[in-house]
Amino acid sequence: MNTSADALGAEADGFFDMLEERRRSSDLSYAFRSFNPLPYRGATDISASTLNRMVLESQYLSYVIQEIMLESDEPREMLLEEASALLDEMSQNLQLGFIRLLGYAMNKVFKSVFSSIHVNEDGLTRLQQAIQEYPVILLPNHRSYMDFLVLSYIMFTYDLSIPVIAAGIPLMGMKLIGEIFRRSGAFFIRRAIGSDKLYWAVLSEYVRTIVRTGYAPLEFYIEGLRSRTLKSLTPKLGMLHMVLEPFFKGEVFDISLVPISISYERVLEESLLAHELLGVPKPKETTGALLKARTVLKENYGCMHVFFGNPVSVRDLVKGKINHRQYNLVPRDLPMKPSKEMQEFVSGLAHTIIRLQERNVVLSAWNLMAVVLLQNLQGIDLDLLTQKTLWLRRLAQRFGAHLRWPENVSDSEVMSSSVSLHHSVVRCEGGRVYLVEEEGPGPVTQEEGVFKQAAAVLMCASYRNQAVHVFTRPAMVAVAMTTAASHRTDDIFHNFTFLLELFSNEFVVIPGQAVQDFEEGCSLLQESGVIGRSDEEIYVKDNGQETIIFLRAILQPFIESYQVVFRYLCEESSQTLSEKMFSTNIRSFIMKLLISGEVQSYECLSSDLHKNVLSALLRMDAVTKTKVDDQNEFSVNKPAVKKIWDMLSHGWTPQISVDARL
Amino acid sequence: MASNSSSAQQRLRIIAGHLQKRPEEENASVAAQECKAEAPRSEPSSATPVPRRRQEIMKWNGWGYSDSRFLFNKKGQAEFTGKRYRLSGLILPSLKDWFEGTFGANLQHRSPATPSLNLSAVAPPHLNQPFVEDLKAAGLSVSHDPEDRVFRAHGHCLHEVFALREGRIGRVPDVVVWPSCHNDVEKIVELACKHNVCLIPYGGGTSVSSALECPREETRSIVSLDTSQMNRILWIDEKNLTAHVEAGIIGQDLERQLNERGYCTGHEPDSMEFSSLGGWVATRASGMKKNIYGNIEDLVVHIKMVTPRGVIEKSCLGPRMSTGPDIHHFILGSEGTLGVVTEVTLKIRPVPEYQKYGSVVFPNFQQGVACLREVARQRCAPASIRLMDNEQFQFGHALKPQVSSIFTSFLDGLKKFYITKFKGFDPHHLCVATLLFEGDRGKVLQHEKQVYDIAAKFGGLAAGEDNGQRGYMLTFVIAYLRDLGMDYYVIGESFETSVPWDRVLDLCRNVKERIVRECKERGVQFPPLSTCRVTQTYDAGACVYFYFAFNYRGLSDPVHIYEQVEHAAREEILANGGSLSHHHGVGKLRKEWMKASVSGVGLGMLKSVKEYVDPQNIFGNGNLL
Repeated sequence: MNTSADALGAEADGFFDMLEERRRSSDLSYAFRSFNPLPYRGATDISASTLNRMVLESQYLSYVIQEIMLESDEPREMLLEEASALLDEMSQNLQLGFIRLLGYAMNKVFKSVFSSIHVNEDGLTRLQQAIQEYPVILLPNHRSYMDFLVLSYIMFTYDLSIPVIAAGIPLMGMKLIGEIFRRSGAFFIRRAIGSDKLYWAVLSEYVRTIVRTGYAPLEFYIEGLRSRTLKSLTPKLGMLHMVLEPFFKGEVFDISLVPISISYERVLEESLLAHELLGVPKPKETTGALLKARTVLKENYGCMHVFFGNPVSVRDLVKGKINHRQYNLVPRDLPMKPSKEMQEFVSGLAHTIIRLQERNVVLSAWNLMAVVLLQNLQGIDLDLLTQKTLWLRRLAQRFGAHLRWPENVSDSEVMSSSVSLHHSVVRCEGGRVYLVEEEGPGPVTQEEGVFKQAAAVLMCASYRNQAVHVFTRPAMVAVAMTTAASHRTDDIFHNFTFLLELFSNEFVVIPGQAVQDFEEGCSLLQESGVIGRSDEEIYVKDNGQETIIFLRAILQPFIESYQVVFRYLCEESSQTLSEKMFSTNIRSFIMKLLISGEVQSYECLSSDLHKNVLSALLRMDAVTKTKVDDQNEFSVNKPAVKKIWDMLSHGWTPQISVDARL
Repeated sequence: MASNSSSAQQRLRIIAGHLQKRPEEENASVAAQECKAEAPRSEPSSATPVPRRRQEIMKWNGWGYSDSRFLFNKKGQAEFTGKRYRLSGLILPSLKDWFEGTFGANLQHRSPATPSLNLSAVAPPHLNQPFVEDLKAAGLSVSHDPEDRVFRAHGHCLHEVFALREGRIGRVPDVVVWPSCHNDVEKIVELACKHNVCLIPYGGGTSVSSALECPREETRSIVSLDTSQMNRILWIDEKNLTAHVEAGIIGQDLERQLNERGYCTGHEPDSMEFSSLGGWVATRASGMKKNIYGNIEDLVVHIKMVTPRGVIEKSCLGPRMSTGPDIHHFILGSEGTLGVVTEVTLKIRPVPEYQKYGSVVFPNFQQGVACLREVARQRCAPASIRLMDNEQFQFGHALKPQVSSIFTSFLDGLKKFYITKFKGFDPHHLCVATLLFEGDRGKVLQHEKQVYDIAAKFGGLAAGEDNGQRGYMLTFVIAYLRDLGMDYYVIGESFETSVPWDRVLDLCRNVKERIVRECKERGVQFPPLSTCRVTQTYDAGACVYFYFAFNYRGLSDPVHIYEQVEHAAREEILANGGSLSHHHGVGKLRKEWMKASVSGVGLGMLKSVKEYVDPQNIFGNGNLL
């Protein structure tokens, strides 16, 4: 990067606002700027069509086609034709001209919706270096449709090779836009691939060929899809396996994984997301819908942060963990199931990447306000909110949060500007701050009332979720201390590991690192003066009680939601139930409890939580899944669920668990 | 590109010319008694090709002949001294720039070697007196002169030569003994068993696997058994085209003497000036022209080896037999751990009528490898075909001697222009394959056309005989060049592997990259020279040869860093599906990977053979197992 910090207007902590320079120059001259990225030095210069041909002619594909021929009696030519059609549907057709077009449009849009886009300069410099050395994989978190557009926009602006991007097939369906995306480097992946062997083969060979040839940096969402809750999702491993294979087989010397943390002060899709979580289906991605969404673009979405993390060398990480010689005795093109050690490595790596994304993600005052607000749904005095937020700011910083607090602005101004930016979520009336309920047609049923309140809470919760990773480990220690039978470290650790296991679909934890997670949680609490530790015991310090209670309250909605689902499964549901039935029944069950006041947290209505509870139970063998007529069916082992429920509730909020048993 | 057999003759002369007749020298501390071989001498050669006191014609702390070395003269130009080689006496004008540019070296920064051996640094011999008495009584030639002992205490690994240059002498053999024939060896081995001394066979001394190093833990008296005086061709069988040869003969003598009778073995490893027949057998050597003549295992018909259990050999000279596992394969590659190879019956061939060098320039290494793969697929490889990468191509160019005529330099310029400008080859990517064809003239020309046609399909351009010949010359002078580098803070070495065809490119790239990355991580100030070439083609794969060197200024323990990097490079080779060694052997340097390479059971098999053959561990050089 030949742009010095000054020229970029870098701020004290190494960020600069990339829109500032854009606002000073014309959109057209920006779109037609000279674009001279420094390429990967090992790249073989090939066209998009050559890339496709290499895939079709690959030995790997021919092996797979041979296998399919044996299974299905389809002739080779047919299968090849099919593969070719799949490739046509899938493949990108990156063209600089379209990047310029997109750049032009994005320039206009971004300047109007965002007040600033802050990028860390050293991250860009490191990325530029990395791109030249080894194939680079860009791994952003996924919070908005804007994510990949913003990234390509940044890459174009700072002369970095334009990436090719794995995108969901619905995007392709949009007329014109789909084609523009394709030419801007997007390639399209079907959502449910299932056991379509040929599709897997074409896709994986396509991805591998991109990496092997160093065609372009490859970008994909390791979370698999957009997080509806703005909380990190547990990673999907398929794509990462494909991407890493050329390294394991020695076809490239190394691969650099670049975790990228994108955070929006205000997410464009905020209300859409909350409604999706409540079961209102997501509008189909069509060009028409996109055009309608233009009204969204008239709003102000504050600032955005993009943090390019340190490139992670796969070679460095893999040292001593994988024996490459497993590939020495068979042709490398032969389709091979990844070994157990390989699966473990890739899973650990994927989780690590997400932790890195979390560690780097830039948080704002608003995220902390949301944490406080969710504990005060009845409204809170602005002064108290300010006071609590500032207290939380100090705590979060001790916990290592990557907070950016506006400089040279008074705290009250920070608060009030956050409140006004988020007018869709909160309002301030008479010095008190309330959650905003969506306006709607006059008289409403009780259910509609709950629904509206839940939507408001979920919107607010999504902003807490952006910051929740900062608190999860200490909060779990706090909960574990409360539920533990004694102060003994062993007991607390026992409870902690249970929580970690139960919530591992909720919060991203690296598998097999419970001890490290526990240590992390404890030492953060200890360093903040909340707890003390002796050889065998952990105890709350006198002035630490407040923090412990606060941290527990952060997890409370999750715990309550899990308890409610457990209750439903134990007491209401039949032994077996279909996926569809589950999601509608559980919703009406919780709705009833919310109306009756038996359950307090509106977050219990989130379909994401329901899914996660099921996954946790599946993982813990309390529920088993079978496929009946293409429908997932669950059979519930009630005693096992009950046991988990008891574990979670033991000594914890007795009124609910007692009620529940009545 | 017209040529005749003169170039072939010339090349043979180069190698043959390495040797000049020397008067018989009486320098052994005990005079040898003439050995009465059963067979008559095949030629009444008057010269002893390799003298007992090798240090009188060869360097004690570097490669090759004392009279031949590279140096930078007062004008800063490189030249090669002596009269033995084609380069001898010539100025190499571009070597300095290449050297300084590649390594960041500077002629002002010298790191000269200790000029002469400090005898007081050599520990006094730990003699087994009764054994020595018995040897003398048996009339064998024996020495415990420090120079003789130091000369046989090492091969040519970097750390070995580096230590010598610094005047550091480790454990050396206590006694050197020179048998003159098979019976002498039987006597020595018998006495060694009787007196429990450690025997280390010593042939040409060109090992690059620490195979000649005296094991540190050895407490017995160590005896170096120098086979150099067992150097006769005992008979030539023209009906079956075989020759029976004593195993101490060195490559160039064997070839020269056979040539005089109109024959050759065709076995030409790069070390053939100095390496011995017995050494080839003991390490599974490979020759440059194996495509026509085969590797050593294809060439031997019969081997006689003296072991502590007695002599092992087959009972007939049948060309192939099904009599259980081939006992030759216990001997081939045994690296001196089981006994001493004394006599070998080898296949011989008539000297080829016609020989022709050639070369092909490719736009990049990938294309070059693809071409070699196709040549192998069509099974039409010439006697030798080697592909150098770009760095090595440039290295080769740096060794071009000063051209005498303006016309030649004009032609060179024109060639360069044609390739880089007209054909659009990037000078930083192009690479060159060197070729050697052999056979009868018509067939050679036909063969040549076939190979060039294949090359053309991969974008290859014929680039003349000169480039080809220079490529082969490089292999003979590279070891001399290392000594020059060491005078200026540059250390380096070569290593090799074999690998399936589809992994050649990946292995080359990854190993080169690993070397660069490891050097950087270990604080080497300048990027290293990390280069490779594909030197042999097989049906199912290829042999790849790496050169690796770096400037060690600013490093406190350069040899250690060198060894760490080489170790990492070997790990990389193995991780990429390459073998532990194609022809250098395992020695002590690569022992740690033996089990992983041949499986625990495989290693156990080898160990049980060792236990049976040599229960006292008389052949205690500690190699391989």
